[in-house]
Amino acid sequence: MSQPVQFLYLYDGSFAGFLTCVFESYARAEEPACFSLFDDPRTALWPERAVETDREKAERVYRSLSRRISPEVQRWVRHGFLTCAPEKERRLYDFIRLAYRAGPAVIRDLTDPRVAPLHTALLHLWKEAHLFQGFVRFSDQGGILCGQISPKNRVLPLLRPHFCARFPRERLLLYDRTHREALLYQPRQWAILPMEDLQLADPSQEELAYRQLWRRFYDTIAIRERENPRCRMTHMPKRYWDDMTEFQTDGAAPGTALART
Amino acid sequence: MELLDKLTILADAAKYDAACTSSGVGRAGRGGMGSALPAGCCHSFSADGRCISLLKVLMTNRCRYDCAYCVNRRSNDVPRAAFTPRELCELTMGFYRRNYIEGLFLSSAVLRDPDYTTEQMIAVLTLLREGCGFGGYIHAKAIPGADPLLTHRLGLLCDRLSVNIELPSQRSLALLAPDKTRASILGPMEQIRDGVARSRQELVRYRHAPRFAPAGQSTQMIVGATPETDLQILRLSQGLYRRYQLKRVFYSAYMPVSDSNLLPARQGFRPPLLREHRLYQADWLLRFYHFDAGELLDEDHPHFDPRLDPKCGWALRHPEFFPVEVNRADYEALLRVPGLGVTSARRILAARRAGPLTFEGLKTLGVVLKRARYFLTCSGRCAPGAARLRPEDLFFRLADPLPGQSAGALPGQLSLFPPAI
Repeated sequence: MSQPVQFLYLYDGSFAGFLTCVFESYARAEEPACFSLFDDPRTALWPERAVETDREKAERVYRSLSRRISPEVQRWVRHGFLTCAPEKERRLYDFIRLAYRAGPAVIRDLTDPRVAPLHTALLHLWKEAHLFQGFVRFSDQGGILCGQISPKNRVLPLLRPHFCARFPRERLLLYDRTHREALLYQPRQWAILPMEDLQLADPSQEELAYRQLWRRFYDTIAIRERENPRCRMTHMPKRYWDDMTEFQTDGAAPGTALART
Repeated sequence: MELLDKLTILADAAKYDAACTSSGVGRAGRGGMGSALPAGCCHSFSADGRCISLLKVLMTNRCRYDCAYCVNRRSNDVPRAAFTPRELCELTMGFYRRNYIEGLFLSSAVLRDPDYTTEQMIAVLTLLREGCGFGGYIHAKAIPGADPLLTHRLGLLCDRLSVNIELPSQRSLALLAPDKTRASILGPMEQIRDGVARSRQELVRYRHAPRFAPAGQSTQMIVGATPETDLQILRLSQGLYRRYQLKRVFYSAYMPVSDSNLLPARQGFRPPLLREHRLYQADWLLRFYHFDAGELLDEDHPHFDPRLDPKCGWALRHPEFFPVEVNRADYEALLRVPGLGVTSARRILAARRAGPLTFEGLKTLGVVLKRARYFLTCSGRCAPGAARLRPEDLFFRLADPLPGQSAGALPGQLSLFPPAI
């Protein structure tokens, strides 16, 4: 019995592109060995198959995830694509294959080697998004609230509903340095767009005053006799500190570690 | 006075209030500014490791009372200040817009009399809610002794109300806080409980009925300033949870802020942080793990062993309950296993529907087996090396060394050499 030929799937890196790959693999009854981007310079031993993104095919797969399995599985796949897990496409593909066979109960089978790694990656994503709901710091730049973050996962789509609902009348710009994309919002309109770089203008006097007030509050509220740096780092790891007002001194460029110890 | 100085004084005066939670109410943004998340949200953590979720300040620290344990007592020589309602409102909005905070925690010292103080607080909250359309979280302190109508108005403006019970017994209260009585503290608590219940009923009938303290009420007590035992404290908490439907009881290890001879001497006093930690662990057992105060402690053991967490302590005293079979046990039984929490127990329940679980499988689920391995069986099998251990042996495997002591200092450690007689 001969093994079916495996292919290296090349796609454009978008979620729709990935779903098109899933569609193609089912249509051709072949299994992708791994996934790679069009412009990835690495070569592999498998024969390559380039997949052009086709919105219609992608939407068919996306709808069927919800209709034929369950909305929860659809959510897992959608969010799974935002995680930073290594070889996330391959893992997601295995999960989708299993899900079509096992049905909605698949998300309960947490010890299965195809489900467990995805679940872990999702927990990481959800936890990081939750932390950023609190740790994002905005500064008022001429009436626009600007913030920068360096998350490990692509959290912007998860943060979007939260911040848009919280500040419905404001204009927002939240820049994700790791994935070079930005969330833009103005009343009743939002977009997540690729952005190469973000340089902010110097803060106004009012902004500086608020930063100083916040830093003073932060320093005052701690009880000296109970100092516990380990506990603080457990709850708020140091990698978040760079973008937080309370650890910055003014005049410094954002993104440089100026953590006071 | 500069706003910066006021903030410094009034945040410094509020820092001993433990409550800084923003949980218990979900509210979508309503056109103005702000929303609330049911699970709450921590915006930062201070150098002492406590969560900063709310802008925690006093309205004023000018106080009429002279409670011995309190840093704001009349006889204490500290700088005094007061916010005007507009100042505090602008500060809150400025911080909230920049996502520094989840909302406002407003407390106050008793300026003039409780009624006047409450009116001032109402002025701030009205300005925030109605003037600025603020939809974020607000936690307000009810002032004991204020007119019930004023407390009611305060409750309609905030999400959570709290009255500090301050000390675990009436005797201690009479000794250290002569201006406060047990009745003046429990009175507002009862009123808030009934107000919340009535508001819930009305909301069922009318969607737009006013919401009274939708996130419930909490309280706080100081531990270590007075001689009460852990058992007394835990019984009190349980009574508060059951009778007054509190959401949270906070424990705050006493910080020496006074030289009063009624209190522990300031020199060499170490705040009982480990005791506070054990009390919080027990508090969680009461609220989420279906434990009863009488199960955790009794008259013969009125204090927690600082080396063991309360659940481990209970497990060692009840070997007949164990081992628990992972694939059969119900949720309540799983929750009683040391090392298993609500998340792990739920995951076990979900995962075992797909097939029998093994210890390897538990690890894949993310269940921490460090302590749980001694108390579990998977399809009748014990974890390797965990079979037939006596409770005494288990104690050494589970106990934490006390701070400043090595593990060898545990009492009952076997010695190779017989003691010289």
